[in-house]
Amino acid sequence: MSEALDLSTFVQHHDGTAHIDLAIEGVGCASCIRKIEDGLMRVPGVVEARLNFTNRRLSVDWHHNELAAADVIAALEEIGYRARPFQRERAETDEAAHARWLTRCLAVAGFAAMNIMLLSVSIWSGAGDMPQETRDFFHWLSALIALPTAAYAGQPFFRSAWRAIRARALNMDVPISLGVLLALGMSVIETASHAHHAYFDSATMLLFFLLCGRALDHAMRRKTRAVAGNLAALKADFAHRFEGVELVQVPAAALKAADRVLVRPGDRVPADGVVLSGASEIDDSLVTGETLRRVVTMGGLLYAGAVNFSGTLTMRVTAAGSGTLIDEVERLLEKAVTAKSRYVRLADRAARMYAPVVHATAALTLVGWLAADASAHDAIITAVAVLIITCPCALALAIPAVQVVASGALFHAGVILNSGDAIERLAEVDTVVFDKTGTLTLPEPRVANASSIDAVLLGKAARLALSSRHPLAAAVAREARERVPYEGASEEPGQGVNVMIMGTEARLGSPAFCSVEKVESITPGTSLIAFSHNGESTILQVRQALRHDAIKTAAALRALGLKLMILSGDRADAVLPIASALGIADWRGALSPAEKIAAIEELKANGHRVLMVGDGLNDAPALAAAHVSLSPIGAADLTQAQADAVFLGERLGPVRDTIVMARRARRLMHQNLWLAVIYNVIAVPVAIAGHVTPLIAAAAMSGSSILVTVNALRARRAS
Amino acid sequence: MNVLIYLVPMALALGLTGLAAFLWSLRNGQYDDIEGAALRALTDHDIQTR
Repeated sequence: MSEALDLSTFVQHHDGTAHIDLAIEGVGCASCIRKIEDGLMRVPGVVEARLNFTNRRLSVDWHHNELAAADVIAALEEIGYRARPFQRERAETDEAAHARWLTRCLAVAGFAAMNIMLLSVSIWSGAGDMPQETRDFFHWLSALIALPTAAYAGQPFFRSAWRAIRARALNMDVPISLGVLLALGMSVIETASHAHHAYFDSATMLLFFLLCGRALDHAMRRKTRAVAGNLAALKADFAHRFEGVELVQVPAAALKAADRVLVRPGDRVPADGVVLSGASEIDDSLVTGETLRRVVTMGGLLYAGAVNFSGTLTMRVTAAGSGTLIDEVERLLEKAVTAKSRYVRLADRAARMYAPVVHATAALTLVGWLAADASAHDAIITAVAVLIITCPCALALAIPAVQVVASGALFHAGVILNSGDAIERLAEVDTVVFDKTGTLTLPEPRVANASSIDAVLLGKAARLALSSRHPLAAAVAREARERVPYEGASEEPGQGVNVMIMGTEARLGSPAFCSVEKVESITPGTSLIAFSHNGESTILQVRQALRHDAIKTAAALRALGLKLMILSGDRADAVLPIASALGIADWRGALSPAEKIAAIEELKANGHRVLMVGDGLNDAPALAAAHVSLSPIGAADLTQAQADAVFLGERLGPVRDTIVMARRARRLMHQNLWLAVIYNVIAVPVAIAGHVTPLIAAAAMSGSSILVTVNALRARRAS
Repeated sequence: MNVLIYLVPMALALGLTGLAAFLWSLRNGQYDDIEGAALRALTDHDIQTR
């Protein structure tokens, strides 16, 4: 890197030392920690380097007058790791704080549950011969622990229940809060009247179990969020910005409107802007799905994410202007997001059915006992016992437990969930809509006729291609088996590269440059690149290739009973061959972002639940409009942020795996809900009859919680 | 049963000490990198001579 690298937007200064957070690629084993930390500590000026292995992030502090941030990255590159500066997002910081709060609540509830149980077990085992004063003393002691604990550790539930009630809705936290408060209130009154039974242990244990579920759910979500954040940071490109006459490398995220930027051939356009000088061909496939390249000259519009193909351009960064594609996408996106009907989670739907039934049962119990001439005190105690025993411990764990296990399994399969209820929505899908470019096809072009070219010749072409920055050459270079460039290769701008191999000249480039007769282009969107050496020559066809397992995946999805469809921004004649190869009869090409949304709305109006799989900037509104959405990891930033889940790798298979796992997870959620219902069917009559003791309540509660958790673990099985 | 007068407070005090220790370790960032901590135990950083 000859030009200066400016990372000042990412560096934080405090008295003499500078600090930066970096996302690191390729950290896979224990020795990496040593290698990176020791390697950096040996760099003069570095004060502290600490690698967080869990989220693959490195925090470095150094004396800022001795070193620059770019030197740290260069040092890491020397050690063998690629690092990119990382901007901690507000949402992530907030989430970390929330996670710590949940853990604190969990710790307090755990401490209280253990100590109260210590007292409760003594009371249970000494039931007959414990003097009343001792029992009262133990009960008051339990109250002393339980009441402050509930006030502190119960907050996650109380707050959420209060929010729901204020919005005139019911969620799972309403019956939970009610159960806990009633159990505590009744126990205090009972203790004051020297009664035998108090439910301090049940109330705190309930809080502890539920907090376990919450904390695990949250931890899983944070982990996937961190990985997604790292991928975004590592994918971020650097831009070459003019500062006066000098060229400085800055991360694309640091660009501001009115900056002047140089875009070389093969570079990705770092921001939206206008061409100031130069002319080139632009590949917009990540932006619009269009595979035919567009010629731009002075005044032409450039979109972030497009690839510059042939010439060097100078551009001016603009904020999204009116009338541009970006502007339309932003506008549609806003509409799609607000119009998206609020999805009611399975747990909340269960709570809506469950809470009225339970509360009615408790009321009936009260009336029934009063009718049977019991004292008002006994009738109330029994009714409250019904509420306590039905307090939906198992019900509240039934769904988060499955969610944690299933999102963990999906994570291992290379699918990262962005939203918590995505699993439930994925399971309901009956139609899958694909974008073509970058989704069904690989994001980068490939040599389409590689199998029909002599392997030796192709090998030589690919090795020579390693010396060129041209995007077409990059496609050829992907065929290389040995990744060693030839020495002394030279590039003729706009023509190709040449080199001497064993005394004879080899050329890779335009057919004219290699003196090869130009053949008719077979399919639109195909680029031709020629190679000649020692009298032999060949024409390589470079185009967007289908993902390797696309055909298999399409068949597998159909076997799952799903309707498939393609909505592409590319021309119809480019979509047709792909659609027929995959056997998808329902396809449309040349769609604008608005038309994509219209097509999805039409499907929704016909009662279909649509999964949209897309990667282009033009897909972002459609992703938001669909019931649920998936995006490959190479997608445009905006698109990735809108998708409910992203998948890694070159295969399309994760789409099928995701749906299969989501369906199994939903089945387990339903099973768990039924298990909780069965538990209630057994426990409620006992409670109505007035036979529930704190011991029975505690045993039933932990038993059912363990049962649903064990059942949830089955979601981990590989598909 | 008089033994309870000092045994019960002692049990509670022990429990509270445990809770305080946990909260301290949480605030101290001991749980920020759980996987890393497991692996760091394997490297013998302190007996290295250089």
